[in-house]
Amino acid sequence: MSGLIQEASPTMSGEAISNYTINFGPQHPAAHGVLRLVMELDGEIVERVDPHVGLLHRGTEKFIEYKTYLQALPYFDRLDYCSPMCMEHTYVLAIEKLLNLEVPIRAQYLRVLFAELTRIKNHLLNIGSHVMDVGAMTANLWLFELREDIMNFYERVSGARMHAAYFRPGGVHRDAPLKLLADIGDWCDTRLPELFEDAMSLVVDNRIFKQRNVDIAKVSREDAIAWGFSGPMIRASGIPWDLRKSQPYDVYDRMDFEIPVGTNGDCYDRMMVRVEEVRQSARIIKQCLAEMPEGPVASEDRKVVPPKRAEMKQSMEALIHHFKLYTEGFHVPAGEVYVATESPKGEFGVYLVADGTNKPYRCKIRPTMFSHLQAMDFMCKGHMLPDATAILGAIDAVFGECDR
Amino acid sequence: MSAVLHSAPRFASHDGHRDTLAAALGPMLFHVHEENGELIFGVERERIEDVLRLLRDEHGYQQLMDIAGVDYPQRVERFELVYILLSLTKNHRIMVKCRTTEEVPVPTVTTLWPNAGWLEREAFDMFGVLFDGNTDLRRILTDYGFQGHPFRKDFPLTGYHEVRYSEEAKRVVYEPVDLPQDFRTFEFTSPWEGADYPLPGDEKATMPPVKEVKVTEKPIETGAGPATDAKAAQHVARASTDSTVSGQGHGDPVPEDTKISAPGAPEPTEDRAGQPPRQVGAPETPGATSPDHGDARSDDRDQDRNENS
Repeated sequence: MSGLIQEASPTMSGEAISNYTINFGPQHPAAHGVLRLVMELDGEIVERVDPHVGLLHRGTEKFIEYKTYLQALPYFDRLDYCSPMCMEHTYVLAIEKLLNLEVPIRAQYLRVLFAELTRIKNHLLNIGSHVMDVGAMTANLWLFELREDIMNFYERVSGARMHAAYFRPGGVHRDAPLKLLADIGDWCDTRLPELFEDAMSLVVDNRIFKQRNVDIAKVSREDAIAWGFSGPMIRASGIPWDLRKSQPYDVYDRMDFEIPVGTNGDCYDRMMVRVEEVRQSARIIKQCLAEMPEGPVASEDRKVVPPKRAEMKQSMEALIHHFKLYTEGFHVPAGEVYVATESPKGEFGVYLVADGTNKPYRCKIRPTMFSHLQAMDFMCKGHMLPDATAILGAIDAVFGECDR
Repeated sequence: MSAVLHSAPRFASHDGHRDTLAAALGPMLFHVHEENGELIFGVERERIEDVLRLLRDEHGYQQLMDIAGVDYPQRVERFELVYILLSLTKNHRIMVKCRTTEEVPVPTVTTLWPNAGWLEREAFDMFGVLFDGNTDLRRILTDYGFQGHPFRKDFPLTGYHEVRYSEEAKRVVYEPVDLPQDFRTFEFTSPWEGADYPLPGDEKATMPPVKEVKVTEKPIETGAGPATDAKAAQHVARASTDSTVSGQGHGDPVPEDTKISAPGAPEPTEDRAGQPPRQVGAPETPGATSPDHGDARSDDRDQDRNENS
């Protein structure tokens, strides 16, 4: 802590007031990871915020250049570790776009189903921690209970609770058991509405919660566009922009759901947009379960998708394909694509350059957080120091994705 | 163009946009092409700000989603910057590209979009691309005090420095990277399709033909004879450490037998009594060879498995 600017006080006679520069983080419970905010304060009013990111920079994009397309996939789980399958979704769609590979319809349904489960999972964590950032504890604990259920679904379908690596180029890794799908349906009908609405009843009309969030960090439509906002951040500002609707991928065009928008563009709206998105996601999940046809869950193109293990034990050709695809991997024709999907946090994009070999030449990841966090300075200016945690909570910051 | 089979995001078609934008950009445009469903404009570096301003103000590309740097070290202007634009009103995406080198700065677009600041900082941090007019061109993702630009193709994957907490110094220390094992890249590319490394022996293809053909006319030239036989008869115990050309070592002589008594030591293998000779021919195994018993046996096995499970 150091005094910066010594100036003669306009109000207090003869007593010098100095702006404070304080460190918020890198280790701070409300920083949602490793974020260092260098804040310049005038008393308790935030004058300037300089976010220092990159403390979790692991060089994922560089690693990916050294891996085959399939080996690079698990890195995406580790970007936004709160919504792993949505990260995978973008990447596999980018590869499929380069290959122009058709994905069986059941696999598309499974992907949408699990992408929406992931969205719920992400929003539960964010809503809970946002609520906790402004002082309430109970809702967070209740929501963690639901999150745990989703992680169990993850485990049952992919074998891993968090880093699933379930979406694969050409489809998904394995078919979901019937019992699992039935359980997800039951969960959406009973447990999710009960627990979630219970938790929300504590929060949404809560006086303290509103005092901490309403009219905090209002962002107009123009500013939201100029700052490159996406996802709940742009919708809270009143722009009905959702890539699932406007640029549908997989079977989103068959889904019937609504896009919630905010009216005020403040932290409360961002929070409420997410609350409504949880309900809409549950709607999509139920539609997926009702409409999902039988069929293969991965492309039958054996030059991209390895054969089933049982088949590999029986057929020589399958054995060769299995071996070649898990060592050399498939080759992707030279070209470049930018594929962006609606991750729970906003537009998550992958700019993929292929050079015709089995490894990506370059894989630029467009994190949602980069634009949002950059606007911290603009959003915090003039607010009180404790509002910074509310703003940060409403941004939904996860540094695995921001820093890559 | 072939039919679209993939299920990646479907935005508005490029029909019309390509010609309209190409005409609007005029001489600032170097090339425009469409591949994999992406519309890509290559433009003049010095005019990039004008180009993007035109696209934003006149053509409704309101959002700058990303600035992606790519390094092509074999090119004269090695860095490519890809500006990814999104139009919310037209529901359309385009990419605008320009090229630059390590020294030549690119005009900043922070004047157009406030979020370009960090994107440019990232391109600077990762590739060393300079941006003219960006007043806050600090590093962003790498460590405080980092040197170099890690996403350049000539920057090693392992980097140069590693960081750990030192218990002795009671602080974090920076040390040169010390890998207990070299970084391994497994080259699985088939040498018949696409591998770009030379196979052993390939270099002979370009060697000039020999002028004097070597022949063996007399027996002495073959290298055979009593001296060679004697050399070959020497027992070799193990490869010596000072290796020969083939990496095998010329070997040390076998040590003489010591006459020290060592009770409990196993008999040398060559002194052991010989095994009884193996009976000629394997015993008949019905079922393995004759098709008659095959079904019965597989049924048995299935039954066993069921009982076990």
